[in-house]
Amino acid sequence: MDLLEYQGKQLFAKHGIAVPSGEVAATVEEAVAAAERIGFPCAVKAQVPIGGRGKAGGIKIAADAAEARAHAEAILGMDIYGPRGEGPFRVERVWVEGGSDIAAEHYASVILDRGEKKLLAMVSARGGMDIEAVAEEDPAALVRRHIDPTRPFTAQVARPIVEAAGLDEDVRDGAAEALAKLAEVAVAEDATLIEVNPLIVAADRQVLALDAKVTIDGNALYRHEELAEIADAAEDPQEAMAKEKGLTYVKLDGNVGVLANGAGLCMSTLDVVAQAGGAPANFLDAGGGSKAEAIVDALTVIASDEKVTAILFNIFGGITRCDEIAKGIVAASGQIDLRVPLVVRLDGTNSEEGLEILAEADLADLHQETTMLDAARRVVELAGNAS
Amino acid sequence: MSIVVGEDTKLVVSGLTGREGSFHGLRNRAYGTYLAAGVTPGKGGQDVEGVPIFDSIAEAVEKEGANTSMIFVPARFAAPAIDEAIESGVHTVIAITEGIPVLDMLSTYWKAKEAGVRLIGPNCPGALSPGKANVGIIPAQFFDPGPIGVVSKSGTLTYQIGNELKQAGTGNSSIVGIGGDPIVGSDFIDVLALYEADPETELIVMVGEIGGDAEERAAEFIAAEISKPVVAYIAGFTAPPGKQMGHAGAIVSGSSGTAQAKKDALEAKGVRVGESPTETARIAAEALRG
Repeated sequence: MDLLEYQGKQLFAKHGIAVPSGEVAATVEEAVAAAERIGFPCAVKAQVPIGGRGKAGGIKIAADAAEARAHAEAILGMDIYGPRGEGPFRVERVWVEGGSDIAAEHYASVILDRGEKKLLAMVSARGGMDIEAVAEEDPAALVRRHIDPTRPFTAQVARPIVEAAGLDEDVRDGAAEALAKLAEVAVAEDATLIEVNPLIVAADRQVLALDAKVTIDGNALYRHEELAEIADAAEDPQEAMAKEKGLTYVKLDGNVGVLANGAGLCMSTLDVVAQAGGAPANFLDAGGGSKAEAIVDALTVIASDEKVTAILFNIFGGITRCDEIAKGIVAASGQIDLRVPLVVRLDGTNSEEGLEILAEADLADLHQETTMLDAARRVVELAGNAS
Repeated sequence: MSIVVGEDTKLVVSGLTGREGSFHGLRNRAYGTYLAAGVTPGKGGQDVEGVPIFDSIAEAVEKEGANTSMIFVPARFAAPAIDEAIESGVHTVIAITEGIPVLDMLSTYWKAKEAGVRLIGPNCPGALSPGKANVGIIPAQFFDPGPIGVVSKSGTLTYQIGNELKQAGTGNSSIVGIGGDPIVGSDFIDVLALYEADPETELIVMVGEIGGDAEERAAEFIAAEISKPVVAYIAGFTAPPGKQMGHAGAIVSGSSGTAQAKKDALEAKGVRVGESPTETARIAAEALRG
């Protein structure tokens, strides 16, 4: 789960990392009032969980209240796409922040390195731009050091990293302190990624986090109540509905609804649908040992997406029994208006019983296929062109 | 021979008195796995269908000679349970539990390394050596004994491929599910090394998915260390960046961890990558026939 900038900064402040003062606002009036309290110049920043906000016009500097109003009016409600086409994300809130006199822009991050099974600290003197581009152009400009899991990562341990990155002598203590605290935030808050770009040196030589990109491990939300509330707030209607029903669902752009059991098989099903020329509308893992009610719930969620023009069921029963799945399909067709054709492929445990149940029910617009590839081709044909 | 589990496996199941633990533990026994003991703190002295229950894994090791531990404990209690297993004296720990916080696994991973204990999982379906032993939730009926070793991040996808191999008239030395979490105890390379050393394994099928760089590391390792043919499959070509696809570890972060990058890395080292589970099974079966 990705936090918004202001949520990340609130976490930083909680752990003693210096951040500029600011307030969150959901309306133009709130934004103007916040700007007047904070003073001018101030920044009005769109709160969406992606990079590239500045380029998209989501970050503006206001010199007075009239400008703050104009910026808030322009930014609140705008749709922002990420640099890789993610989104759109509608701006529901802005963060109004005091202006900083910037002497230097650096970069600092602490991320989970899955391959090495360690936290990785990274620092660069060249902040304020795309760090992947910096690393590509001049690998030495980005200093990378793994954090030893067996000893505390103190400012003293962090100091050689900021030294190697070539930060000015007089800010090394401050930057090392900030880096150590970022690692502390990672461990205390179950964050798998914390990126500060830029980490600035202000005119008074104080080190401040001017941005905050924080990803929290969803599996750890049970021990972070205030973060769990954030997770509940930011979701699209189908994703929210699926979550309430305990289903693993991810919304995609296409028109072929997909349900499979198991995350790997479901990803594979999406790929096979795409290979057949279709565009998947969603990922939905019905899970192991799915029962009939779960199937009714899953179909309800998929069919509620208006883009969907056909649905593919791809089940390989292991622990999951195909007869249970078939009962679920029959029950769902009696309870909800599916409105679109359904292609069903049942294989594995009790598949024969499942197929018999479907044959007896003789449902309208239900198409059976025996292999995954044939099922994908059929559903793409029935779905027609994505509009 | 076979790898990870086999005829010498003496299994102790943490959570054997629970619903999931008893269902799968007894299913494993019915398959032929030697189920030595169960563990539930406070229930020592009881039994589940004749299997003795102890208060600790160490006690099961001492009294029943257990050498392999299976963890079915709920996510928020699972990391301490895995730590207990690591310290108990078993040589292998198989953690089925899904949803363990990843930073908990960070410390558990290093504990296992330091103790020299083989940790499989978490968030995995376990390991099966057809005809010998099954530890976990893999439905054994889809797999016959044979010369193909399978290592996979995914459960159902593996059953799909296993079933196609069976229909193609071949079978498996072992099937090892390494799990779909960002940090797992054993990576592809650890299991590939075991298959390389296993005389019964003639060919290896590796099933990967988006997220992390375990497949890229495996590609390097295969080129350097593996003499047996490897066929791979990667799931998640259509996954958008930044979205977690079911498994906690299945996420493309920015431009890293994509299915295409993994496929390219494997093909660059001469590993054939199937377009679909069906094609992957077909390539493997054909390669075996030579």
